[in-house]
Amino acid sequence: MPIFEVNGRQYEVDEDGFLQDPSIWNEEVAKDFATTEGVTELTDKHWKVIHYLRNYYLQFGIAPMIRKLCKETGFKLNEIYELFPSGPAKGACKLAGLPKPTGCV
Amino acid sequence: MSETVPKPDELVQIDYRPPVRDWMHTPVQFRRGTFCYAAAPKNLKYLEMPNPRDWQPMDEDWKLPENWREIILEGMRERLEKFRSFRLFMDICVRCGACADKCHFYIGSGDPKNMPVLRAELLRSVYRRYFTLAGRLAPKLAGARDLTVDVLKEWFYYFYQCTECRRCSVFCPYGIDTAEVTMLARELLNLVGCNINWAIEPVANCFRTGNHLGVQPHGFKDSIEFAVDELEDLTGVRVEVPIMKKGAEVLFIMPSADYFASPHYYTLLGYLLLFHHVGLDYTVSAYASEGGNFGLFTSHEMIKRLNDKMYREARRLKVKYLIGGECGHMWRVIHQYMDTMNGPADFLEVPVSPVTGTRFEHAASTKMIHICEFTADLIRHGKLKLDPSRNDHWKVTFHDSCNPARAMGLLEEPRYILRNVARHFYEMPENTIREQTFCCGSGSGLGTDENLEMRLRGGLPRANAVKYVRDRFGVNLLTCICAIDKATLPPLLDYWVPGVEVAGVHELVGNALVMEGEKPRTTDLRGQPLASIQPPEVTHA
Ligand code: SF4
Ligand code: SF4
Repeated sequence: MPIFEVNGRQYEVDEDGFLQDPSIWNEEVAKDFATTEGVTELTDKHWKVIHYLRNYYLQFGIAPMIRKLCKETGFKLNEIYELFPSGPAKGACKLAGLPKPTGCV
Repeated sequence: MSETVPKPDELVQIDYRPPVRDWMHTPVQFRRGTFCYAAAPKNLKYLEMPNPRDWQPMDEDWKLPENWREIILEGMRERLEKFRSFRLFMDICVRCGACADKCHFYIGSGDPKNMPVLRAELLRSVYRRYFTLAGRLAPKLAGARDLTVDVLKEWFYYFYQCTECRRCSVFCPYGIDTAEVTMLARELLNLVGCNINWAIEPVANCFRTGNHLGVQPHGFKDSIEFAVDELEDLTGVRVEVPIMKKGAEVLFIMPSADYFASPHYYTLLGYLLLFHHVGLDYTVSAYASEGGNFGLFTSHEMIKRLNDKMYREARRLKVKYLIGGECGHMWRVIHQYMDTMNGPADFLEVPVSPVTGTRFEHAASTKMIHICEFTADLIRHGKLKLDPSRNDHWKVTFHDSCNPARAMGLLEEPRYILRNVARHFYEMPENTIREQTFCCGSGSGLGTDENLEMRLRGGLPRANAVKYVRDRFGVNLLTCICAIDKATLPPLLDYWVPGVEVAGVHELVGNALVMEGEKPRTTDLRGQPLASIQPPEVTHA
């Protein structure tokens, strides 16, 4: 199991660098993982997306539909890409400590 | 972490010269960007599959069971007896080479082991060594070789570098289906725990929650309700989507990506408008909430177990028959395996369209029809009110998704629909469509990020044909009827043919449908302004 080391902390991650145990997530985790996703500063906009994802995940055990994420946060898909360069599923979900979705996505 | 991929003008420099050494003595190299990660142990454990462990293909030690060779050879022996086609495919290839340059992975990589004939030869050489007299007595002369760890690694690399698309089989004078050879090779690899996570996790999720993505019933309901609300915002029409309604006439099953990802989601909106438009008595299910069947990329046993779920639910809900959505490989399972594995589905009725009365005799045994068959029949009988000008902002072409095209012959229906719901439709060159369609390059579980370079290589022939219609006719939309296509073609086109977007056929149906009681439509289902109210803009280079 790969280990991701940052700011003196260690996280167990999968091959794609996603947090293995989503339950240990807190805001510090998001800041630590931002360094791997080309996000230099976490603004209010970032937090809005991250918190939305996080809350949805706690309720449903998975990320929301991409369209729902856009509508509920008020960001267009391209704006989400601007905030999280590798996109909603790979970038934003990683910072929110969600597992990566698999299948025909 | 996403891999760094070479630029298109570098990637297109493909070296077709074979390596100097004989193929049997050229060991495989696991180069990043060209293979998929191993299945996570938690997923194998969940499925009670052999040898769950932490490992990766680039590791030297694959942590194989001690008697791995015996397991594989015994597995081969069993399957040679069970599947006559397997023995036939092992015996009859005359190495004529007709298939050699037909594989998109060979075209895009120049690696001779991606020629279908040589891909199968990787397995055939071992078959000869252990299961033929000539191979046992004079292996060298017979083109036979021992099964070693290096050979196993080579199998893993190349059988997870075949999308099981069957293009090669169209050209083989003997009808050898290399996709089936790949399926059997993967089945053998699975016996010793050599499998990829992108195939195994969806299978595990499908058993756990009903679909590849791991969406649970309350999440399923939430997503469907969101779509219903959004449709009302867009059209002013409120549709009803019954979930697990007992006694409905039809159980509709779509790929789970349709209620999760984009652009798939807009296809879902299209289905919902269509069913409302004709007043279909249908239901969807959170248990059978997956059209896809990644068992097809794993083993026959998995195909059967997953396919059974659909029919079990149809029986429980007491529906008459099933309609399936825009899913690719699901149709190979339905048309070619379902009947012998779980059929005939005698407890259901032969599908009859409640709107037109058409009896779909070809589905007399499986009791399941494709949504394109259903829709094309409606259009043919004049049952849909359509305004194709609402798709005027699109110049459309159609990518035949491999499985509906080659496994069920669904060639005319999507085209017929497209010609009726849009006014600008252009075909890609003949040898790249219909039975000869080129794969997206990411099917059969290979659509993962870590495999991106190989996907871009494998998708090059398809992208090249799209480029032709983009440059010649200004095509800006590639339509298709497969969820893997919808996930993997957008990055492929962004890379090779920027300016062309991807959509499902039923998204365009949804745009064109004139609904009773609708408000004046100013946008399409994506929320983009319609061309009729906005001067057309050229969106491509
Ligand atoms: S076309 Fe058929 S017979 Fe000819 S080399 Fe290919 S698999 Fe063998
Ligand atoms: S089935 Fe498709 S990917 Fe596999 S060898 Fe044949 S052409 Fe290539």
